[in-house]
Parts: sequence; structure tokens; C-alpha cells
Amino acid sequence: MIEIKNLCKTYSSASGNVEALRDINLTIEDGEIFGIIGLSGAGKSTLVRCINLLERPTSGSVIIDGQDITVLPRPELLKMRRSISMIFQGFNLLEQRSVLRNVTFPLEISGVKGQAAKLKAMELLKVVGLEEKAAAYPAQLSGGQKQRVAIARALASDPRYLLCDEATSALDPNTTRSILELLRSINEKMGVTIIVITHEMKVIDQICDRVAVIDQSRIAESGRVSDVFANPQSQIARELILPQDRTAIETSGGKKIRIIFDGMQSKEPVISNMTLDCQVPVNIMFADTKDFDGIVYGHMIIELPTDAHQAEKVIAWLKNSDVKWKEED
Amino acid sequence: MLSETFYKLWNAGILQRGVWETIYMTVISTAISYVIGLPLGVVLNITDREGIYPIPWFNRLLGMIVNFFRSIPFIILMVAMLPVANFIVGTSLGNKAMIVMLVIAASPYIARMVESSLKEVNAGVIEAAQSMGANNFQIVTKVLLPEAKPSLIMGAVISMVTILGYSAMSATIGGTGLGQIAISYGHQRFNPDIKWICVFLTVIIVQIIQEVGTAVAHRTDKRITK
Repeated sequence: MIEIKNLCKTYSSASGNVEALRDINLTIEDGEIFGIIGLSGAGKSTLVRCINLLERPTSGSVIIDGQDITVLPRPELLKMRRSISMIFQGFNLLEQRSVLRNVTFPLEISGVKGQAAKLKAMELLKVVGLEEKAAAYPAQLSGGQKQRVAIARALASDPRYLLCDEATSALDPNTTRSILELLRSINEKMGVTIIVITHEMKVIDQICDRVAVIDQSRIAESGRVSDVFANPQSQIARELILPQDRTAIETSGGKKIRIIFDGMQSKEPVISNMTLDCQVPVNIMFADTKDFDGIVYGHMIIELPTDAHQAEKVIAWLKNSDVKWKEED
Repeated sequence: MLSETFYKLWNAGILQRGVWETIYMTVISTAISYVIGLPLGVVLNITDREGIYPIPWFNRLLGMIVNFFRSIPFIILMVAMLPVANFIVGTSLGNKAMIVMLVIAASPYIARMVESSLKEVNAGVIEAAQSMGANNFQIVTKVLLPEAKPSLIMGAVISMVTILGYSAMSATIGGTGLGQIAISYGHQRFNPDIKWICVFLTVIIVQIIQEVGTAVAHRTDKRITK
């Protein structure tokens, strides 16, 4: 378990202090995939680097399996880092080492050498599906393959935690999907707790159990992905979930209603029922629904007719139904 | 005639000796300079504000010392350092003493070359090693130096050519080699043919160093896909 308590990070520069993280409190349970999402500059990369102390927090504590690592002496900290692996947006492979020797690198650092290290590395390359590339060099690999090597390398020290810093941001959508699938299977089969840093909602969608939304150096909200996705509380979460160009949708000036699917009405044809019952046409302006374990979550924004009477009719219908909805401005 | 002069010098064994002495001085000086310059370059790199073990005040001090030696023109440094050579090798004449001068002049130069090669190593790779729990010694020996290897080899080639140039200059105060032949047989005896023969041989040596060095750097660079 990773507990982050009252964590603050301030950078001081000539032009004044910059608060990168303000009073962060998070608990990451064993075995889960925890997402941290935010726009660039929100502080998420700093936050993930505070977990393995690549960045020293200005105040607060990082407690890993009951041990506050901010007070550990350096040799102990270096040992602790072997149980918290990390993968990066830029892959960060050693360019002058073969794939195999990249994977044995963390073993070398911890003093495991020779045949034992080689066997372990080959086993991990099999896990990521790249055993035939063992003798290749990073320059000969595609982005997705490089990230697979980086994952194999990260697993070499038998970590309990895996930090992923924008690990799929440099990859195309198909490769992103396959890397995320790999991460999920590693989480399930090896029991590695995974912390995913991203700016893309679809990454959170695809693999995370819980999510924290970070904005302007603070945690704006956190919770189960399905809850946050179905009913985002903070402005930033809404912005991340709903499309950016929402304001650009042309409207004829009618009232806008946001309908929230939180798993209750997945089998019910809500919109059809509404239009048929009210005999009022509505305009669907935006819809984004996702299937979580067979239940539908998501949003739809509809526009009501400008005619006040017709609009009233729909609102009355919504009030009577068990549909979750909200008037948008 | 140029070729006549060449054969005369060749048959007397003067050119062979000159070439050998130039290569000998250059190689030995480069090797010793790297023993000093390489660790110095590593220290300059890691103690930098952006380095893995930042000690800004120390880095600035060391940088100033290195700059001090680098800013003295070699010919002046040579004369000034004669007593130092005398102290270290017991003489201020001949190739032994010249090697001391060359090392004093080249080490700070090499330190800067090494420093800049190490600076090219992707900071992300260093961060990755840190995230794995590597200590600073492991980062230097397993990440910084191996990852910078092709650039370090190219730097060594440039340093070697520079040292070869310096070695010729050392002929003015008692060094030997092609520089000495050019000066005492060519310049001082008004024989331009000998000067040109020495220039020609030096060019060949430089070309060989450059070509071999570039080929080695290329071959060992795993970033290049064939």
C-alpha cells in the first residue's frame, strides 16, 4: 500500500516560488491500477516522482508498506527503489545495450549476474512477447516494442509497484491499446500494483480501477473510475471527460440537458421513450458512453426545442422518471 | 627535387625516426592525458548543477582551474612548465619532458571534451537508472560512460590530433619528431623540401588517426542501424 500524506512540493527559482504540488493525500491499495490524470503542468509528473523520491517533497510523507521513505537513509532508499519500478514516455532504454542487456540492467545493479540474470531476462521478454528480439538494439525497435522492453526491464527486479509516467503518450492508438492490455495482464497475473499517469481519459477508461484528477497542483477529485466518469464533480474532470470543443457546438438556443448514465438504465431506451411519450423532438448534441463490466456509464447532452411548452413537457417527463439529469448552462 | 630529398632522408633513417617519435609522443601523451582528463571530465559533469551529484561551488572552482590551463597558449605553457617537467621526470629536455608538457596542456582540454560528451547522454536514461536504485558510481560506469562511448571515441580522435599538433610545437624547446625535422633540417637550413615532406607525413598520420577513429566510433555505436 502506498500512502501519500500532506505532500507539498515547491520549486524556488529566481522569479519566485512555484508550487508544483499542494497538500496531496492519496492512498493506493495493493493490487489495484490507480490512475492520475491531469492536463500538462498540473503536477502529475512531479507527483509520480515523489513516490520513488526522484523528486524530494518539500513536506509531507510517502509511506510505502508502512515505511515512511522520506526519512530513509540513502542506501535503504536505493534498495527500496528496486521494489518500485518505473516506465517512461520516452522509454529511456540504454541505446548502447542490447534488448537482453537492457532487461538484465536492473539485475546487474542489484548484484545478480551471469546466467541467472540472463534466464530471468529471457523469461520476462517472453512475457512481453519479444524474446526473438533479445539480441537487437533499441534503435532497431518500434515505439511499442521499446515500451515492451522497458516493461520487461521494469519487472526484472520483481517490483511490487509499477509507476507509468505517460507511458503510452508517444504511441499510436493501436499500440497504446496493446500496451495497456499488457499492463493489465501484468497486474492480474503478477499482482503488481500499477500507478498510471496520463492526460488521456481513454487510458484511465481502459485499465484503471480508481482515478485521481489533479488540477493546479491539487487533487480535484478522486474515486472509482466508473463514479468519476458517470458523474464528474469538478470542473476539470468534466473538461477531461467531455470533448474540448463542446462550446463550439452550434445550438438553436434551446435548453440543454445532460443525461447521466450511471449503470441503471442501460437496457432502457431512454431517449426513445422520452420522445415517444412527450411527442417532442430533441436534438442529441453529444454522447459518450462506455461499457464497464457490462454496465453502461456515460453522458449525453440533448437540446430541447425553443418552444417553452414543449420543453416543459420533457422536463416534466424527466422529473417523473428515474433518469439522472441536469440542466446545463 | 622533392623525391631526391625524401630518399636521402629516408635512407639515413631520419624520417622513420621522426614518424616514430611523433606517433610515440602523441600516443603516450594522449593515454596519460586521458588517465587524468577522463576522471576530471566525469567530475565536472556530475558535480554540475544538472549533474547526478551537484556541488555547484566545487564545480565552479574546478571549471576555473581547467579554464586557466586551457587559456594559456601552448608555447607559453611549455616554457612556463619546464621546472615542473624537471621536477616530475628529472629533466627539462627531450621527449620525456615534452610528454609532461603535453599532458599538462591536454588534460584540461580532454576534461572538457569528456564533460561535453557525457552531457549528450539522455537525462531520461539516467533517471531510469536512478529509479532502479542505481548508485552514482553505477550510473557513471554503467550508464554515462557506456552510453557516451561513440562520442567519447570521436572526442579522443580530436584530442589526439590536437596533441599531435602540440608535439610538433614542442620541437621549439627540445622535442623531437617530425616537427623537429621540419624546423631544424627544413626551416633553419633553408630547405623547404624537407618542410613539405614533414607536412605531408603529418597529414598522412592525421588522416589515419581520423579515419580509424571514426570507423571505430561508428562500428561501436549501436544507435546506427545497418
